[in-house]
Amino acid sequence: MSEKKSTDDYWKANIRIITICMVIWALVSFGFAIILRPLLAGIPVGGTDLGFWFAQQGSILTFIVLIFYYTWYMNRLDREFGVEEE
Amino acid sequence: MDQFVINLIFVGASFALYIGIAIWARAGSTSDFYAASRGVNPIVNGAATAADWMSAASFISMAGLIAFVGYGNSTFLMGWTGGYVLLALLLAPYLRKFGRFTVPDFIGDRFYSKTARIVAVISLLVMSITYVIGQMTGAGVAFSRFLEVDNLTGLIIAAAVVFAYAVLGGMKGITYTQLAQYCVLITAYTIPAVFISLQLTGNPLPQLGLFSTHTDSGLPLLQKLDEVLVELGFHDYTGLHEPQTTFNMVLFTLSLMIGTAGLPHVIIRFFTVPKVADARKSAGWALVFIALLYTVAPAVGAMARLNIITTIYPDGTQNQPITYDERPDWMHTWERTGLLRFEDKANDGLIRYYNEANPPQMAIDGGWQGNELVTFNQDILVLANPEIAQLPGWVIGLIAAGGLAAALSTAAGLLLAISSAISHDLLKRTFAPGISEKQELLYARISMAFAIVLATYLGANPPGFAAQVVALAFGLAASSLFPAIMMGIFSKTMNAAGAIVGMIVGLGSTVIYIFLYLGIFFIPGTNLLPNTQDAWIMGISPLSFGAVGAVLNFAAAYITLKMTKPAPEEIQELVESIRVPKGAGGAVDH
Repeated sequence: MSEKKSTDDYWKANIRIITICMVIWALVSFGFAIILRPLLAGIPVGGTDLGFWFAQQGSILTFIVLIFYYTWYMNRLDREFGVEEE
Repeated sequence: MDQFVINLIFVGASFALYIGIAIWARAGSTSDFYAASRGVNPIVNGAATAADWMSAASFISMAGLIAFVGYGNSTFLMGWTGGYVLLALLLAPYLRKFGRFTVPDFIGDRFYSKTARIVAVISLLVMSITYVIGQMTGAGVAFSRFLEVDNLTGLIIAAAVVFAYAVLGGMKGITYTQLAQYCVLITAYTIPAVFISLQLTGNPLPQLGLFSTHTDSGLPLLQKLDEVLVELGFHDYTGLHEPQTTFNMVLFTLSLMIGTAGLPHVIIRFFTVPKVADARKSAGWALVFIALLYTVAPAVGAMARLNIITTIYPDGTQNQPITYDERPDWMHTWERTGLLRFEDKANDGLIRYYNEANPPQMAIDGGWQGNELVTFNQDILVLANPEIAQLPGWVIGLIAAGGLAAALSTAAGLLLAISSAISHDLLKRTFAPGISEKQELLYARISMAFAIVLATYLGANPPGFAAQVVALAFGLAASSLFPAIMMGIFSKTMNAAGAIVGMIVGLGSTVIYIFLYLGIFFIPGTNLLPNTQDAWIMGISPLSFGAVGAVLNFAAAYITLKMTKPAPEEIQELVESIRVPKGAGGAVDH
């Protein structure tokens, strides 16, 4: 029974971190780069504004950080719940 | 040395390398052939995935695609990279844990249904075959451009090389050739980019150069580009312009992201790593390797476009352009290919390049006769880069090898997805379950050979819709496979009926919506509605429909699930087991 509960908790923790990462994923691309760009228009970046930077560079860099952060977090979570591979 | 000889040496050497790898990496079992024995280092797999993913179009056309629209086409940059976040977080680790060989294999087993498996095979075949046509055509074009052989000969040489390593080595051969191809293509892309960035901004990193100061004018590069474009009557580079809208940018980006995550030839690359943790890490590395090109492409695009304008208007866009006789050598070279063409409409020897649909004041005052740079192909921004930057001939040879590497690596990945769906899903798992492993391996090789012949034929005689197929492939991947796989992992109770109805609704609605505006099978004149913003339902572009198809797939599946019995107990246990990494093991055979 305890193992079952532990697996459920593991999955819940996983869903939580996925949700957080997906919110950031959407915020930098659909948010900063497109919908919220007018709000960021006041922040200059090399001849244009922050929204343009997110559209052509910033979101890609954020995506990379997100995947490696998730990998690191999940490796730790796997060990914590004893479900890592041998 | 003659440029032709240099190109020949570079292309020949890279091909010799691929064949060498093919001989070294022969596949001895189905596990070798389908999944490289699940022994691929995650970083190596990342590079192989990057080559698998980046097609001839990414290599040759991406920079131009961004440069001729500017901000509005950032959708491609975000869409084609953001999909890897979905892959890493939602699909790859669980599919690796499941430990099968193909995407329909997962769908068939998880939804305990032959029908589901066959629907998945059909959508896989449609999207992969349409996609591979473009790659073969691309390889033929690259050959004819650099090696002065005709298109068909080039295509046949390319097919023979792919045949050698894909039929012999399967996934094992493909993986290590893709690694080599990644190295070739990224070197070829980066070197001219560094030099053009140095020339224009003094910064060797194109990613930083894009946002730094344009040395000649002292203005920020992007501001300078905005200025000259507006002065010539074009719209500015960094703004959002019709026909693009915020709404369609969001929807198109989302469709590309979901589509990317649902493309089978990308997903199967994650079956080759030893562990679940490696599948997560490998997706990260894949994106690093992809970003090396995708962050350079917009810089190359903006810089090359500015460079060409300032070459034509050396004294500023308000003054006279250069005369036709003064044009630099590289323009001369590329005119011969037809990618660049001038027409002296005003008969004064000057090259007047401007937007004739919105002529600037000086064009009206000066009585200009129309834009005289009549052909300005977007591919020129990458292809002519080495000559624009006055780099030695071997860099051009490298570009030739790089373009071919990009086309061949993607073609091989697609061919493997096609052949494994036929030999494994249709034969072994559906119609001929009695065949031995040896026989299955033979059938895998035969279907690979068949797929190459088919792709070569279609590449030589591309159907009229070839240019549109990328939209179709992404739309199908987004609306059929991605939701089915995701529900298979994240919903324990999702049943066969739900998955099948979902896939059919997603697939059907997307195909219908695209055909409605672009014509039935893209045949001109068969579209029932005009392809204009006013005619689109709720303003949704047919190219952006994939995300809507995905939503319809999810909705249809859940409604069906509510009306039918949830998945049986043993399937729910199976889902629980794929959610934890423990016990993934090495090569799992059936």
